Amino acid sequence: MFDIVAFIPRAVVQGIPLMFGCVGETITEKSGNLNLGTPGIMYVGGICGVIGAFFYEHNATKMVAALAILIPILCCLAGSLLMGLIYCFLTVTLRANQNVTGLAMTTFGVGIGNFFGGSLIKLSGADVPSIALSRTHGFISATLPFAKNWGWVGKIFFSYGFLAYMAIVLAIVLAVLISKSKMGLNLRAVGESPATADAAGINVTKYKYFATCIGAMIAGLGGLYYVMDFASGVWSNDAFGDRGWLAIALVIFTIWRPGHSIWASILFGGLCILHMFIPTGTNLAVKELYKGIPYVVTIIVLIFTSLRNRREDQPPASLGLSYFREDR
Amino acid sequence: MNSAVKVPLVHITRRKNIVWYRAWIVRVVAVIMALILCGIVTMLLVGANPIDVYKTMVVGNFGTARKIWFMLQDLAILLIISLALAPAFRMRFWNLGGDGQALMGCLGATTIMILFRDSMPNWLLIICMLLAALFGGALWAFIPAFFKSKWNTNETLFTLMMNYVATQLVAYFVVFWENPKGSSKIGIINQRTQLGWLPTIGGNKYILIIIVAVLLTVGMFVYMRYSKHGYEISVVGESEPTARYVGIKVRKVIIRTLILSGAICGLAGFLLVSGTDHTMTTTLVGGRGFTGVMVAWLAKFNPFFMVITSFVLVFLGRGASEISTMFGLNDSFGAILTGIILFFIIGCEFFLNYELHFRHGKNKEVQ
Repeated sequence: MFDIVAFIPRAVVQGIPLMFGCVGETITEKSGNLNLGTPGIMYVGGICGVIGAFFYEHNATKMVAALAILIPILCCLAGSLLMGLIYCFLTVTLRANQNVTGLAMTTFGVGIGNFFGGSLIKLSGADVPSIALSRTHGFISATLPFAKNWGWVGKIFFSYGFLAYMAIVLAIVLAVLISKSKMGLNLRAVGESPATADAAGINVTKYKYFATCIGAMIAGLGGLYYVMDFASGVWSNDAFGDRGWLAIALVIFTIWRPGHSIWASILFGGLCILHMFIPTGTNLAVKELYKGIPYVVTIIVLIFTSLRNRREDQPPASLGLSYFREDR
Repeated sequence: MNSAVKVPLVHITRRKNIVWYRAWIVRVVAVIMALILCGIVTMLLVGANPIDVYKTMVVGNFGTARKIWFMLQDLAILLIISLALAPAFRMRFWNLGGDGQALMGCLGATTIMILFRDSMPNWLLIICMLLAALFGGALWAFIPAFFKSKWNTNETLFTLMMNYVATQLVAYFVVFWENPKGSSKIGIINQRTQLGWLPTIGGNKYILIIIVAVLLTVGMFVYMRYSKHGYEISVVGESEPTARYVGIKVRKVIIRTLILSGAICGLAGFLLVSGTDHTMTTTLVGGRGFTGVMVAWLAKFNPFFMVITSFVLVFLGRGASEISTMFGLNDSFGAILTGIILFFIIGCEFFLNYELHFRHGKNKEVQ
């Protein structure tokens, strides 16, 4: 039988990295920047957290919970901020093509992740066989103590580390900020028509920089969550896989609304692991087809939004274009 | 009446035209700066002397005859995929689905190779494989083009997603045809009979692919520069309303160009399956669809410049993997170096398209 109590928590932990990536990419795209470097940024976020935690675990004699949590998070944020800044400098200041810059960022970021993941031990000269940060994992994935006693309620709602709840809170806060605050209105204006926003006195460059860098940092946290919580603090090269692209797919699926990303990313997480829960017998090949479902669903959503052509469901009008004030 | 007007420190204007040799000076300076930065990064991470590092890169590409052939084959396939993407980009259609289209080409070729190997002569088998590959690639490009032309569906995201659908389809068939059972791999197809394998020229399986790439480069140059289709593509790319005004059927041009684009990607897939690898895996194309985007864009869609840009990228990739084996590092080191160099080349485009005017002295009194 289909075990729903076992299925939902696994769908959620699959979905959380996607949620971070999706929320980060959404606010980036709201400013008109289509950051295809998100998969790379998520790798960088993950590996920077790993590097921070690695040095802390190997140098501290006694680990303090607050530091064990803060160091990886700060390293992760710093790394992804740097990636966001590179992207902004190239596309906003130097007005380079966003698609090409994004793809180069992904090459670079995935390279950074796999390089340091594979060589960190050799470079630092530590005497360990593999990067397994089980102690940091222990701190970061700590759940509420009473979750175990609450049966299926505890399992479905309270069995996750604090980063998972942070993702949900971030999604809600940003959804409100974007749709209700003046800042959000300005941001949307920048994404829809930077020339109009500029004429209205909004600092387009500033909004693009801030939205993209904050978006990058949020996406980076997705990488951190993946390594430290989902993968039990074990880094293995390419394990993160195509999740970054799936996060970009989710942005389309949620039609650029961070609030929707909460249920949508859990749904996508579920679709990703569906193949483990559907009995296929000896026919292993079909499993591969199930793994393609999230992408097919995204394509269908993309087609439907363009087909219905409702104005509120469209991508930001200037998505993918760089803005130069003197162009008419 | 005098009033103090604040003049910004830098004033940026769009450059009309840049003399070609100055453009190349800017690019070469950017690459040199990138190489210096790469040298510093390598020195810090690896502790090796940068001169040795670059020497290793050259050895990795040109060290032995075998390495040169490998490099040329890599170059040819990347070039073919980049050439495929160029006309679509010219039209401002962001085809990020080169990977998927080439994979569908692989799938088409493999399907015919496995299903019909006993029912037709070898030459007919190869032709059918080629046709199936062209069809697979063209189909994968046609779908997003159709929706783009009809409902203006965002093609960047559509083609991106199509890559993963293609990957999973290939993964399905890899398990479906696995050989031996349980290995989740197809293995070398028709190893004994060599049915469906492209003929070798003088015992070298790479020459034919290189010839195809050269012919395609020239062909694409002529197509884009001198044919009516090429002209229509550039008009649509410049301005769709203008194209419509002069009577070009924009929908037809988009779909036709994308079918061509996808079919050439499919051809690359065919060459991989039938020409060199004789097997199918999900990673056979290996992200060349994405690298091809950068190759085509950096070369400003000129097929002959694409030979140079794809050579730079292939050189870096192979050179860096030589460094990683030499110094016992992870082979992702190449991706880092490639990334750094790409950032510089992408960034330097700014200085080709825009001019900086610095303020002279303090804020001037303006009358």
